[in-house]
Amino acid sequence: MDSRDWIRDGLRSVAGGLLAIPLAVLNLPLFVLSVATLILGVVPFLGMVLFPLVTMLVRARANLARRLAGGVGVPIARPYRPLPDGKRLGPWRYYRWILTDPATWRDFAWLVPGAVIGFALGALSLAVPIYGLEGVLLIPLWIWLGTGWYGYGAIWPFDTVGDAFLSLPQGALILAIGLAVAPYLRRFDALFARQLLAPTRNAELRLRVSQLTVTRADAVDAQAAELRRIERDLHDGAQVRLVSLGMTIGLAEEMVETDPAGARKLLAEARETSSAALADLRHLVRGIHPPVLAERGLDGAVRALAMALPMPITVEAALPGRLDTPVESAAYFAIAEALANTIRHSYAHTAKVQVRHTGSLLIMQVSDDGLGGADPTGGTGLRGIERRLAAFDGTMSLSSPPGGPTVVTMELPCASFSPKTTPSSGTA
Amino acid sequence: MRVVLAEDHALLRDGLTRLLTAHGCEVVSAVDSGPALLPALIEHRPDVAVVDVRLPPTFTDEGLQASIAAREKIPGMPVLVLSQHVEPLYARELLSDRNGGVGYLLKDRVSHVAQFIDAVRRVASGGTAMDPEVVYQLLARRQSPLSALTVREREVLSQMAEGRSNGAIAAKLFIGDKAVSKHINNIFTKLDLPVSDDDNRRVLAVLTYLHA
Repeated sequence: MDSRDWIRDGLRSVAGGLLAIPLAVLNLPLFVLSVATLILGVVPFLGMVLFPLVTMLVRARANLARRLAGGVGVPIARPYRPLPDGKRLGPWRYYRWILTDPATWRDFAWLVPGAVIGFALGALSLAVPIYGLEGVLLIPLWIWLGTGWYGYGAIWPFDTVGDAFLSLPQGALILAIGLAVAPYLRRFDALFARQLLAPTRNAELRLRVSQLTVTRADAVDAQAAELRRIERDLHDGAQVRLVSLGMTIGLAEEMVETDPAGARKLLAEARETSSAALADLRHLVRGIHPPVLAERGLDGAVRALAMALPMPITVEAALPGRLDTPVESAAYFAIAEALANTIRHSYAHTAKVQVRHTGSLLIMQVSDDGLGGADPTGGTGLRGIERRLAAFDGTMSLSSPPGGPTVVTMELPCASFSPKTTPSSGTA
Repeated sequence: MRVVLAEDHALLRDGLTRLLTAHGCEVVSAVDSGPALLPALIEHRPDVAVVDVRLPPTFTDEGLQASIAAREKIPGMPVLVLSQHVEPLYARELLSDRNGGVGYLLKDRVSHVAQFIDAVRRVASGGTAMDPEVVYQLLARRQSPLSALTVREREVLSQMAEGRSNGAIAAKLFIGDKAVSKHINNIFTKLDLPVSDDDNRRVLAVLTYLHA
């Protein structure tokens, strides 16, 4: 790590420690409030009104702690039960919904210990660097303030002026240690918070179930829409042309004796219709599963796609083998959709596709040099990508500041690569 | 013969117009959507309507619904429904008013121009033209009351359902007129149907029986 990074991390953590102290103090009135509300809960209606309010405050505080923990590399998911069907509940049911959520009680249990630990660690991460700073600045302070100092660090009291000068290296060392340790203190604080603020195994499973319910519904919807689109494309495309083809040939058959020239004209028409029908089918097949994807896998298919699009697109893709077919298809269509968006909306001159994988994650990045300002909530394109990926537990993130560049990053968990068998590999 | 045509694909609309015109029909109106069909039928009162099942705006069975609605207003108005797939269910709905003058064919059949024109004429004159595919699907049903029929009788029945006369059936199956009559009588007996000479009523009876 660069020494500048190290100092910056240290300073940021010290600032975090400074923030932790008032936040820890804030926990105490929240605790008192919670206890008071619980006692007042015996009074009819009062508890029903007050408890949700206080819980809301506690949750806001706990969520802040979760976000701060996430900032130091300890992500903590929100454990609260989702509202049933996202409906608004009546006051009584809302009260019960909060009361029966174990996360409510775990938040409550965290308030005091969290405050103690937060305060102690915050104070420690402040105190050590401050003491170090004192050592560094001791001589100037001495001269400026003119007060007497008894000693510093290991030397206590000072016997000579030389002893006093030794406070400088000692102070520097302590300051350095303070800065070095501060990030670990923040992390420790976050780890402690995670003990109570993270979802329990049960809650985690419940959250997972509700997430899966949503993504499954999305996947089923998307599939049904896809099938409907294919049916429509066939019905309005190839089938119509084939019927017309039959009709034209039928007419030509009738005319062949009486009007050979007319029949020949009809046959030429029929030939054109048959190529149009084939073109329709090819187009449809490409939309279902591009043949090049079946033949060459994701990297080859993305290269082929890039060549077919009306914009210079560089492709950096190196995969050790073939992905599972469904994942490969999802990845391909996600990239295709992202590129289509780029071409439609970005006003870019060039675009770039990067496909790589780390461990069990496939990472795809589509970037362009366009105007930026893409809004994932605006169109159906980016939302579609999100849905497509979510079915495989994949995610999409978008960075598109006004003025560009736009970068779409898509991640897909991919379990395995099967060995590649391309015609060029020789042995296959 | 005056024809109203309803087909949303320009390619087929033009092709059908050309084909019908070449065979002495006058296409008095060619519409491309469901809502335009009913007024056109009521205004022109054609000798026969040739209608695609799936039409805009819903792209479901607009054409079928409009045809049924038109036959409620103008009983017995001949309608030949074309589709890219056939459903016995739709055939039953078309025939349910028992008025005859109904055809239901796969679009593929237009490539046999002479047969297609023959079907249009048959429907226009109050007969029926059921697609062999509809008949085939009905015959393929398991536990069909038709299991009592012999192979020959089934052949005769499917020809009947398609709308052929006794003479035509005899020619098609290379048997005598007398044999055809005998088979038909057997079919009616086995299926408990009242005997009738009318082509159209024969088909109606068969289909109604099959869907009872």
